[in-house]
Amino acid sequence: MNKIVEKEHFSENVVRLEIEAPRIAKARRAGHFVIVKVGETGERIPLTIAAANPERGTITLVIQKVGVSSRRITDLNVGDELTDLVGPLGEATHIEKVGTVLACGGGVGVAPLLPIVEALKKAGNRVVTILAARTKDLVILEEQIAEYSDEVIIMTDDGSYGKKGLITDGMKEVMEREKVDEAVVIGPAIMMKFAALTTKEYNVPTVASLNTIMVDGTGMCGACRITVGGKTKFVCVDGPEFDAHQVDFDEMLLRLNGYKEIEKGAEQQYLKSKDK
Amino acid sequence: MTVTKEFLKEEREQSWRVDVRKLLKNKERTALKRVHMGEVAPDERVKSNIEVNTGLTAEEAINEARRCLDCPDPTCITGCPVEINIPKFIKRIELGEFLDAARVLKETSALPAVCGRVCPQEKQCEAKCFYQIKMEKDPVAIGYLERFAADYERESGQISVPEVAAPNGIKVAVIGSGPAGLTFAGDMAKQGYDVTVFEALHQIGGVLKYGIPEFRLPNSIVDVEIDNLKKMGVKFETNFIVGRTATIEDLKEEGYQGFFTGSGAGLPRFMNIPGENYIGILSSNEYLTRVNLMDAANPATDTPIISGKNVAVIGGGNTAMDSVRTAKRLGADRAMIIYRRSMEEMPARVEEIKHAQEEGIEFMTLTNPVEYFADETGRVSKVRVQKMELGEPDASGRRRPVPMEGSEYDIEVDTVVVSVGVSPNPLIPSSLPQLETTRWGTIVVDEEKLQTSIPEMFAGGDIVRGGATVILAMGDGRNAAASMHNYLQDKLNP
Ligand SMILES: Cc1cc2nc3c(=O)[nH]c(=O)nc-3n(C[C@H](O)[C@H](O)[C@H](O)COP(=O)(O)OP(=O)(O)OC[C@H]3O[C@@H](n4cnc5c(N)ncnc54)[C@H](O)[C@@H]3O)c2cc1C
Ligand SMILES: Cc1cc2nc3c(=O)[nH]c(=O)nc-3n(C[C@H](O)[C@H](O)[C@H](O)COP(=O)(O)OP(=O)(O)OC[C@H]3O[C@@H](n4cnc5c(N)ncnc54)[C@H](O)[C@@H]3O)c2cc1C
Ligand code: SF4
Ligand code: SF4
Ligand code: FES
Repeated sequence: MNKIVEKEHFSENVVRLEIEAPRIAKARRAGHFVIVKVGETGERIPLTIAAANPERGTITLVIQKVGVSSRRITDLNVGDELTDLVGPLGEATHIEKVGTVLACGGGVGVAPLLPIVEALKKAGNRVVTILAARTKDLVILEEQIAEYSDEVIIMTDDGSYGKKGLITDGMKEVMEREKVDEAVVIGPAIMMKFAALTTKEYNVPTVASLNTIMVDGTGMCGACRITVGGKTKFVCVDGPEFDAHQVDFDEMLLRLNGYKEIEKGAEQQYLKSKDK
Repeated sequence: MTVTKEFLKEEREQSWRVDVRKLLKNKERTALKRVHMGEVAPDERVKSNIEVNTGLTAEEAINEARRCLDCPDPTCITGCPVEINIPKFIKRIELGEFLDAARVLKETSALPAVCGRVCPQEKQCEAKCFYQIKMEKDPVAIGYLERFAADYERESGQISVPEVAAPNGIKVAVIGSGPAGLTFAGDMAKQGYDVTVFEALHQIGGVLKYGIPEFRLPNSIVDVEIDNLKKMGVKFETNFIVGRTATIEDLKEEGYQGFFTGSGAGLPRFMNIPGENYIGILSSNEYLTRVNLMDAANPATDTPIISGKNVAVIGGGNTAMDSVRTAKRLGADRAMIIYRRSMEEMPARVEEIKHAQEEGIEFMTLTNPVEYFADETGRVSKVRVQKMELGEPDASGRRRPVPMEGSEYDIEVDTVVVSVGVSPNPLIPSSLPQLETTRWGTIVVDEEKLQTSIPEMFAGGDIVRGGATVILAMGDGRNAAASMHNYLQDKLNP
């Protein structure tokens, strides 16, 4: 059913898969995600729909290997099928012409950022995009992002590509030099936390797309819950995008580590079984 | 769909029934003792997911069937939401005609092996048994007998697949594969409709699969019923969220002419008390889904689960009981129920409470959590609880628990499962603005026809009732199928 038709390595740990999913390709909007499960004993994990091709009936996922489930998916090859794929889930991004938008993607967060940048540009905004990564090899989707951005700024922690510095350095530079009407930040929780603090200094309304732990993705379990503006919200149905200035990122960071020890064990087990 | 008294009387006067009644004098019947259900010993069963109740032997079943007086006014039937012809199937058991007994059950219930296991019989059919209401004796074990007949049929390999009418080519869609959806699908298939069931999750069965644990309702039993539906021509599409993967409009374009929504009450409630989002505090839906749907306790699967040592479960319903007993099976040293009312008000099935007590579950009643505390990693370490006393009765007729000032104390915990109820699943209503809902989010239906404000859409089960029971969901599925059949026939053959 959900056959992989294309596979591309962006870097050692980041893979792009194009997958047959005609209904989802037709129904999805920017900001939507899917839940994927590989194998009968696999785990359900959320992944953003980075792009879709309704004519071809495919969706594109960009996946970073972080643990056992993301590895299982990236180890699949063209012709293999995903055991389960369901979506599109979440609320679509609210796209409007606001003027200048600062789009910030850290690491694999650039993948979910891509469809949003595309939609923002098509809605007539001026889009300045900052792509940040630890090092040159981890910068992904630069070309695709550039197609829909008025300007692309690259930041690397080690200075091996673009400018040396953290994403927040690049953000400050832009907000110092011009009026920014809105910011979108997607990346690791810790990056989003500091990005949100930065835009707050400049009073720029900011949206963050949150990547919490999920199980069903349909509002049924509450695993994905976080606190926004003092209220509990479910990321899978109320989000994944929220007002970044209201999100309790410290709580989110703690909750992301809830299963860390057990997950480590599972990953090691998987790597061992692959060696055999 | 009420069965008339005349009909029941006619059936009761059939010669075979008259003959069975003559087999024993009523005095002999009432002198018999209620059968005791075999159980796996508590210390044994908590080591695995083995089903607790072992079922009746044929001899035990026949003996228990003898107790039933085949009353002229079978009050038991009035206690059953789908009005199973109880004395009729029980008398078949008394004769040893177990397959016939199963056939009687299937006239009204699509999933007798399930209901025999999970119905709150003590509040329904058995509560209305003559023994209970007139003789102050233990009621006939209707649930056990129902389970027996259904199991017998399944294990005999002679399961009868209901006859299916010639295909009429009319496509109908079922949203959700819980007991409401499955029952509806079966009834429509019987009438020749082209039925497709859409299910959001990757497995079919709704709460029967992801909620109720294996030790109470083995998945294999649900799977047999699903296979039967497949044999009847019902199609299933998993990983399909109606309203998302495709809209109702899309499905209409694909030729679907009728819709039944049985999407359940899937949204967990929390108490909104301080600290409730710490790590290790989960909803019972998450806890049970991880264990039942994802098989997380099995090391061969990828889904993780925390097996806590000190587990507190908040609530007193079936879901709370299932969670706390699951915790015990995952190796908890202390597995506790924290419930704000007293034992008498607990909504869980009596048998589950009894089983839980035997398994060493601690019951802290008249106790309510007020705050959680965590260690430096954000993991819950303590729950602060407050003692309660019962005050005046509230709207539900139960005495309202009132907090006792200054009675707070702390309990050490490393896992907390919050099981204080669920709200209706908003996915369907939110994608259909023209669908009328109540302020609790349930779908409004015509009480008799179960038709919603969108004429071609019918609905039933928890999405209409809020949290209810398996048998009520099934009853709704059945009634909705009858009404949709009438509706479509009127519409298509005016
Ligand atoms: C709405 C949504 C969209 C997402 N989109 C993408 C995407 O497009 N591409 C992609 O690669 N990933 C995406 N993610 C994250 C992805 O779901 C996780 O990386 C994945 O679940 C990890 O599973 P695992 O078993 O491989 O790793 P695990 O073994 O579960 O975790 C390994 C390590 O990664 C960390 N981790 C676990 N879950 C997450 C998470 N959700 N985010 C960040 N770190 C995590 C853990 O702390 C742990 O240290 C998204 C998450 C959400 C909620
Ligand atoms: C742990 C637990 C224990 C229980 N124990 C008992 C008991 O002992 N006895 C008893 O009588 N009752 C019990 N109940 C209650 C009983 O299970 C429910 O009342 C019953 O399952 C409701 O059936 P339903 O068909 O309405 O919905 P559900 O069983 O909830 O099924 C609904 C299904 O619809 C799917 N769905 C939702 N939205 C969509 C969509 N948009 N598209 C596609 N699919 C969708 C869901 O994924 C789900 O699978 C228990 C409930 C729980 C949670
Ligand atoms: S379906 Fe439930 S209520 Fe009805 S007879 Fe069977 S056990 Fe009793
Ligand atoms: S009321 Fe009790 S004794 Fe009478 S028919 Fe029903 S089950 Fe039998
Ligand atoms: S993932 Fe289960 S409620 Fe969001």
